Amino acid sequence: MIDLPWDFTAIPRFFPGFYVAALLTLQITFFGILVGLVLGLTTGLMRLSKNNLINTPAKAYIWAIRGTPLLLQLMIIYYGLIDLVSIDRMPAAIIGLGVHNGAYIAEIFRGAIQSVERGQREAAMSLGMTGAQTMRRIVLPQAFKRSVPALGNQFIIALKDSSLASAIAVRELLLRARQLGASTMMMLEMLMIVGFYYLMMTSILTLLVGRVEKRLQVSDYRE
Amino acid sequence: MIKVRGLHKWFGDLHVLKDVNMEVSEREVVVVIGASGSGKSTLLRCINFLEYAQKGQIFIDGVEANAKTKNLHMIRAEVGMVFQHFNLFPHRTVMGNVIEGLTQVKKLSTEKALSQGEDLLKKVGLSDKADVYPAMLSGGQKQRVAIARALAMKPKIMLFDEPTSALDPELVGEVLQVMKNLALEGMTMMVVSHEMGFAREVGDRMIYMDEGRIVEEGEPKELYNNPQHERTKTFLRQIL
Ligand SMILES: Nc1ncnc2c1ncn2[C@@H]1O[C@H](COP(=O)(O)OP(=O)(O)O)[C@@H](O)[C@H]1O
Ligand SMILES: [Mg+2]
Repeated sequence: MIDLPWDFTAIPRFFPGFYVAALLTLQITFFGILVGLVLGLTTGLMRLSKNNLINTPAKAYIWAIRGTPLLLQLMIIYYGLIDLVSIDRMPAAIIGLGVHNGAYIAEIFRGAIQSVERGQREAAMSLGMTGAQTMRRIVLPQAFKRSVPALGNQFIIALKDSSLASAIAVRELLLRARQLGASTMMMLEMLMIVGFYYLMMTSILTLLVGRVEKRLQVSDYRE
Repeated sequence: MIKVRGLHKWFGDLHVLKDVNMEVSEREVVVVIGASGSGKSTLLRCINFLEYAQKGQIFIDGVEANAKTKNLHMIRAEVGMVFQHFNLFPHRTVMGNVIEGLTQVKKLSTEKALSQGEDLLKKVGLSDKADVYPAMLSGGQKQRVAIARALAMKPKIMLFDEPTSALDPELVGEVLQVMKNLALEGMTMMVVSHEMGFAREVGDRMIYMDEGRIVEEGEPKELYNNPQHERTKTFLRQIL
């Protein structure tokens, strides 16, 4: 047998030790998505406004964020703004991930809202509902439902992208692996552990999104 | 009930309504016919302010309204509309569709709305479907729900835009029956439809539109049997 330079028995031994880092990864992702959803819904709606004063800032935000790397955005928030405000690394990571995802989620919502047939709006308006009521009770519920698959996809991207927070010294999974890998001289083993963590988390997320999709389909079924 | 004076509507350069003048009196049933693209839908949509005419006046129950009118949504609530493609809310049950306007616009309690909803569903013969979603209904049932939903607002007038033209032939009858009952109860109605049987049976007046103009109007049997204009004759021959 060839003597491998790796000690894979280290994987199960070190695996549990990563759970604090995994919790950090989950935290960044969860709060990042939350910020992203709020920003995304707001700017998605702004983007659809006919008023240029409202849609222009939304367009500019989406354009700037989607046209630059997340890593750069994180650096700007954490290092770049230091003279203006000093933001801790965790909040910086959450804001960065949130602002980044907000732009993508805005486009998801916008597409979903536009995909709701014009007749839905007209039927609501003809009942005497106001524009706001129509949006809230008729258009948005249908748009949300249609955006679930794309949102799920975006959440998985966000989970994986949270690893970039390692670049601003957040000790989430990836940074933890690099640190432990260096100190134990078992880089590949530690990176593989982190790989398993990500696979676990993305698989669970995929499952959850599938569940939500199924539940939302009740009204589509014929008997 | 409804008065339209000198109405013009353009979509960009397209002149869709050209000096339309018409009236619908209380309890009257007016049937509108005309070729596809002649502006029938646009006229109905202008009367319900889903489109805004650029010129002319619209009076609902004696009150003029236009794009600038405050609380236009309350005026829309007084005008019921039934669409060719039903436009039921797919995420709400049949009952949810019917009481949406009652709870949101009229601000009734759920309890009161449900009790009115039951009466309305009974009226259109769909009491047993209250809890199902629109996707489970046939086209005829969908359209009857849509009628009940519009009636819930107790509108002063009901506008129907080709309510049976998206239906399989065997389902047309049940919808027309509901509409006939409405007409007999004295509902004021404006109906875009080429169902001549319906027009002759309950229509008080028939309007023929062509290229954005009202070319001819009269008592339905009269207009049908004895059209005055060449275009009306040609059109009636075509739809037979
Ligand atoms: N939203 C719109 N934008 C541009 N053109 C339209 C729009 N709605 C209708 N039209 C045009 O206006 C004309 C009249 O349409 P419509 O009122 O739907 O006719 P009808 O209901 O008699 O078939 C048609 O030429 C149609 O293409
Ligand atoms: Mg039409």
